[in-house]
Amino acid sequence: MKKLLAILMALLMVVSFAACGKKTDDTASNDTAQSQDNPASEVPSDDAQDASKPAVSNTTIRMSTTTSVNDSGLLPYLLPVFEKETGYKVEVQSAGTGAAIQKAVDGNADLILVHAKASEEEFIENGYGVERLPFMYNFFVIVGPKDDPAGIKDCENAAEAFAKIRESESKFISRGDDSGTHKAELKIWGDNAPDAAADSWYISAGQGMGACLSMANEMQAYCMTDKATFLSMQKDLNLDLLLEKGDDMKNTYSLIAVNPEKIDGLNTEGANALIEWMLSDEASELIAKYGQDEYGVSLFYLLEE
Amino acid sequence: MEESFRKAFELLLSRDPELLQILGVTLRMSFFSTTISCLIGLPLGTLLGTHRFPGKGVLKKLIHTLMGLPPVVAGLIVYMLFTHYGPFGRLNLLFTVDVMVVAQCLLITPVVIGLSSSYMETATKHTIETAKGMGLSRGRVLFLCLSENRASLLSVVLNAFGRSIAEVGAVSIVGGNIQWKTRVMTTAIMLETNKGKFHFALALGIVLLLVAFVVNVAASWTVREARDD
Repeated sequence: MKKLLAILMALLMVVSFAACGKKTDDTASNDTAQSQDNPASEVPSDDAQDASKPAVSNTTIRMSTTTSVNDSGLLPYLLPVFEKETGYKVEVQSAGTGAAIQKAVDGNADLILVHAKASEEEFIENGYGVERLPFMYNFFVIVGPKDDPAGIKDCENAAEAFAKIRESESKFISRGDDSGTHKAELKIWGDNAPDAAADSWYISAGQGMGACLSMANEMQAYCMTDKATFLSMQKDLNLDLLLEKGDDMKNTYSLIAVNPEKIDGLNTEGANALIEWMLSDEASELIAKYGQDEYGVSLFYLLEE
Repeated sequence: MEESFRKAFELLLSRDPELLQILGVTLRMSFFSTTISCLIGLPLGTLLGTHRFPGKGVLKKLIHTLMGLPPVVAGLIVYMLFTHYGPFGRLNLLFTVDVMVVAQCLLITPVVIGLSSSYMETATKHTIETAKGMGLSRGRVLFLCLSENRASLLSVVLNAFGRSIAEVGAVSIVGGNIQWKTRVMTTAIMLETNKGKFHFALALGIVLLLVAFVVNVAASWTVREARDD
């Protein structure tokens, strides 16, 4: 019994110390006994802290997005302008499209910016997203060894190029990670998708775009990539851009605000402000200009309405 | 959590061919990484722990620093060595299980040396005095120190195995996480996490822990048997 009492006393001490820690300097002189006698006195100050919280979290917008728009430098280029104008702070989490969407489903994001139409529609169908707002696009490109062993240079589109790669059994690196790029690649293969277990030329890397391009470089293999990532790495790669702008290589990016009726604790106001700004003329101009200075070409194009 | 546990057992019972292949690669890699780093590290650690020589203090500090070598850095070093235009590029070993073992040995050998030397420093005083009195050769003394303390050294070996099986940074860089080839449990977990399949990823983690547990139990049984003999 004495032991139990001692433990209880110790617990009380800890609790009261913790309570003291929360106090501001002017109340810290109160001795611990007093705070034990009157725990209710602590409540108002806690409430005051809680009340100030929503105001703080309101200025933070959590955006879950794919690696291509973040690693290509687009968001680091755009968001400071938005933050300066509005006073919001945008926290960007970048991952493959699959993970980017899952984070929003788990309630860890206020909006998403991704590029996989089917998954986006499923996200909305399940009630997690409000509306899909496609706003910009670019093209996937196929890169490969400079001597182009499969001869895809003059192909009309990606499907034709893939058929030639398959026919010649030239090495091909697939993302294999459920990302937007991987899904787009699988869509182009259609029913002819190679089997990574049986077709040794088809390498399912399960890694990000940059790692896959490095692997393609090492193995002198073909790879389908977003143009931005390839351009940013080009000087270190012994690979050529062999095919772009095929009709099946368009890559559309959408913004979706997470549905506040499905998930609580969202900063919907902030998400809407960011979406509105991203669709504004000012942001459009910035997006269209992005990449011109560094690469001489635009990396993203605006969707005509 | 509950869903992950359920999935983990479903996975184990399903005998999914891909999971079995990944487990196979994982165990093969960990076996060779552990064996090679112990074959190099245990004798060196014993020598370091039982001998005095000039520069020993510096060497020990160096080993202890290397024990903290970040896996990503070990991976990068090995990648640079085996890349196409690197010094060993001609061997064509990048993105194979072999080179994953090389990277892991770079990572684990210092751990084996460091742990075994600190242990041997205190444990072998009597053995060495006796052996010296008997006039045994250096090689015999080393062998005696190792075999006298084999039960304790097993914890060093298991530590090395644990490092190997749990490591992701180095093997993903040099192995490339290629499906049906260099994918191991940790890189598969990374992949599923990146895909957003968090429950499945955690289920794989549970499977990995179960396998590691079985290996640990088997190892301690073997040593107990050996001690009883």
